[in-house]
Amino acid sequence: MSNQNGSGSDRKFKVVGTRPIRHDGLDKVTGRANYGADLALPGMLQGAILRSPHAHARIKKLDVSKALAMPGVKAIVTSADFPEIGSGGMAAGESHIDPKDLQANIMARGKVLYHGHAVAAVAASTIEQAREACKMITVDYEVLKPVMTLAQALAKDAPILHEGRKAVGVPPLPEGDTNIMMRLANAKGDVDAAFKGADVVVEGWYEASMAHQGYIEPHATVVTTRENGQAEIWCSTQGPFAVKSMVAVTLQMDPNLIRVTPSEIGGGFGGKTTIYLEPVAVLLSRKARRPVKMVMSREEVFRATGPTSGTRIWAKLGVKKDGSFVAADTRMEFEAGGFAGSPMGAASMTLYAAYNIPNFRFEGLDIVVNRPKVAAYRAPGAPNAAYALETAIDELAQKLAIDPIDLRLKNAVKEGDVASYGPKYDRIGFIECLQAAKNHPQYKAPLGKNQGRGVGAGFWFNVGLQSSATVSINDDGSAVVRTGNPDIGGSRASMAITVAEELGIPVERVRPLVGDTDTVGYCDLTGGSRVTYATGMAVIEASKNVIEHLRARAATIWGCEVDAVEWRDGQAVGTNGASNNKPLSLADIAKQMAHTGGPIIASASVNPPAAGPGFGVHLCDIEVDPETGRSTVLRYLVVQDAGKAVHPSYVEGQFQGGAAQGIGWALWEEYLFDKDGKMENPGFLDYRMPVASDLPMIDTVVVEVPNPLHPYGVRGVGETPIVPPLATVGNAVSRAIGVRMHQLPMTPPRVLDAIETKKG
Amino acid sequence: MAKVVFTGGLRTLVGAESIELEAARVVDLVAALYARYPALEGKLEGATVAIDGTLHHDARYQRLLPTSEVHFLAPIAGG
Amino acid sequence: MAKIQVQTTINGETFDYLCDGQQSLLSVLRDELGLTGTKEGCSTGDCGACSITLDGQLVPSCLVLAAEAQGREIGTVEGVSSATGLHPIQQKFLEHAALQCGVCTPGLIVATRALLLKNPNPTEAEARYYLAGNLCRCTGYDKIIKAVLDAAASMRGESA
Ligand code: FES
Ligand code: FES
Repeated sequence: MSNQNGSGSDRKFKVVGTRPIRHDGLDKVTGRANYGADLALPGMLQGAILRSPHAHARIKKLDVSKALAMPGVKAIVTSADFPEIGSGGMAAGESHIDPKDLQANIMARGKVLYHGHAVAAVAASTIEQAREACKMITVDYEVLKPVMTLAQALAKDAPILHEGRKAVGVPPLPEGDTNIMMRLANAKGDVDAAFKGADVVVEGWYEASMAHQGYIEPHATVVTTRENGQAEIWCSTQGPFAVKSMVAVTLQMDPNLIRVTPSEIGGGFGGKTTIYLEPVAVLLSRKARRPVKMVMSREEVFRATGPTSGTRIWAKLGVKKDGSFVAADTRMEFEAGGFAGSPMGAASMTLYAAYNIPNFRFEGLDIVVNRPKVAAYRAPGAPNAAYALETAIDELAQKLAIDPIDLRLKNAVKEGDVASYGPKYDRIGFIECLQAAKNHPQYKAPLGKNQGRGVGAGFWFNVGLQSSATVSINDDGSAVVRTGNPDIGGSRASMAITVAEELGIPVERVRPLVGDTDTVGYCDLTGGSRVTYATGMAVIEASKNVIEHLRARAATIWGCEVDAVEWRDGQAVGTNGASNNKPLSLADIAKQMAHTGGPIIASASVNPPAAGPGFGVHLCDIEVDPETGRSTVLRYLVVQDAGKAVHPSYVEGQFQGGAAQGIGWALWEEYLFDKDGKMENPGFLDYRMPVASDLPMIDTVVVEVPNPLHPYGVRGVGETPIVPPLATVGNAVSRAIGVRMHQLPMTPPRVLDAIETKKG
Repeated sequence: MAKVVFTGGLRTLVGAESIELEAARVVDLVAALYARYPALEGKLEGATVAIDGTLHHDARYQRLLPTSEVHFLAPIAGG
Repeated sequence: MAKIQVQTTINGETFDYLCDGQQSLLSVLRDELGLTGTKEGCSTGDCGACSITLDGQLVPSCLVLAAEAQGREIGTVEGVSSATGLHPIQQKFLEHAALQCGVCTPGLIVATRALLLKNPNPTEAEARYYLAGNLCRCTGYDKIIKAVLDAAASMRGESA
């Protein structure tokens, strides 16, 4: 690990940038921390879901009467128990969701759209009883031909998932029934003419498989309902306020009746920004008049939650001999799963964002297939897009015999350049990242036989959105900070560091808490790399407001004007006229709170602009065994602009974790379906996520080019790290075997195939 | 006058790459755009709005300078 | 179905419980005895979140029948720290920031304890292979492996 400063923000930090032990760590290393499935309430029932055995079918009849008579069964819920709702957008934290689709994904209405789609739910005294009862529910299906691939979905005579639903977006749009839910397109300059003037052009199809977020904790919830209609929801989520609004809309409830308490969260990566179980548990609890717990099995997690889109992207990129990009053209096809809404929009905006390309064009299609409805996954859409573009760049570098980092440096965006998605960049750190990667010892390490080095880069916007925070002072001079963002990877520590920095007290004297939807002000969800940035800003503001109180209290004690009191290094210091007073520490003032006006507490809320772009550059050294086709990652480096690392260990952790997920997606992870559309690998044994012995140490360089939008210069860091690895790893494999591969994951059989083709 | 730059589908609807409009705030700008281009009606709700390079998730009451350059982008999500 | 009565020792304490013939030890630990520190990530033996020791052997408790625990010694994460404080493995996990969401952490701590009892001085590769049954999706394992090797050093009385 090393830190590289861009021209730094001139503030000298005392606590920001240190590595204290996280406040919630003790409970997490001792097993005391309570995750979604860890809560048990008196009288609690267990819920289970009956899921579709077909990928595409019409539900003709559903009969629960036998199941209701089974021992221990207290309630059964089907789509008939959900209110009918109309279509229309709803802001659900970060993304727009059609509430009708959201509801139909939670409980199939009329049609099942993927193998594993929920069709009914049972609450019983024990989980075994609930599962047995599910088996006794009879469903009469009219089985339809499943649409499993993009090619099948686009075929002329393709079965249609959503009859009567029209494509939206940029014309020309398909007429009549279609599996294309949205088309986006944009262009700049004269692309065709520019290609004619290019010296070298590469083009090809780049395919990535559908992949799951793979959080280790399955979705879980415990719900209690009351006679007055109130629902208390405990669940594992990235956004308790988002759960509240999504439950309200899917059940057409008054949101005021809903309180959501986030449990500790065992990973999310975007996959816990939406809901699956909560409204079902509310309905079961209402019917049974008992608390209901629902926990997914791993198989259910794979079959019915997440994943992210598999994609087919055709890309064409042209350059001059000197390496300057002249034109790019792309067509992106994204699997949305059973309902509209892949991250194709974000992909289209990130696609060209890292480079200056004078002429470009893209077309993006959001396509429904009989696979699980995709959910957000870390920089949604961007890794797929970057896989295509960054591979094409690598091919050009080889054709031009130019160093791949130099080629990127020649075209990289910098402050003042116009982003491909429209506006101008403020301060960004892409060039700094490229240079840091180039100067890193790994870039010079010699490569042996069957080894290859891949380079890849990535961009993500990072988001801002709404946050609030409350800071209160205890009478011993310690502080409590409360926010509404579940701590998914050390954010409590960042919040405490921020308060400690502002108030000038040791970080151990700050207790960071995550509240429920009734005890804290509104916070958008933990996602979009926004918590340390946006919620951190709210915490800074709240701390500053506390300092105003502290100055006023000191003035009361000293009998002077507030203006004569300054807050410096954790104490009130008297100036003009009051300077003969001995400075008062936070503890001194806290001791006198009762005499000076009562408790000291302050809140703040923000809705800052998007968080400032994050760029990353990865290096991967791989050895491929030519006999087996197996790839071994020898060395891996992540370089990324963090703006300012508040707790560097957790920033590095985000870099390493995102890289590992990307390596898995590039080499091993994929959804496999049989011909009927049944997922063949819904478990960790066959859906191969990286294990400890698959990976080397993952080196990191934290570049710090301060973000002008944040008082400390912070940029979001959580998502960018998964953008470069697909291409980085793919480029390494392709260079190691001496033949270009265009399909992920690069499993041993595919690599062997590629080697065979080369031999001819 | 603020300059509004259109890309993608919005450009198709407006039929121009950019236009100049008098507006003190984004909300006024949007109203003026809807009035001038009925086909745009409703299409700018929920957009991420870039004003002079800074992306706003909710820009409704953001003030505009006569020199401001405004882009309407798709809402930006994340994981 | 008749319940089976089991007497066992968990973290040095004697426990009696009734279980079904098919019930997993994980389910008894979590749902009957309230020992929810042991996590469930898959229930098929593939994630290691439910790692415990049975007579000193590292096993996934989701694959052990509760009835099999009769007369055996079970070690769970709840028994790793002591009245005098955290175990060095726990301390090193904290110092190295070897957890993000933390749901894999109890399993990894139990597994690491089993590893270091067997092999007090593992190489990086040995640690990686021993812990290959414990999935972590957040960290990329880098900081976990560093914490494990540092804990080993500190337990050997060396400072890393
Ligand atoms: S829950 Fe036992 S190994 Fe995953
Ligand atoms: S820290 Fe989240 S799974 Fe390991």
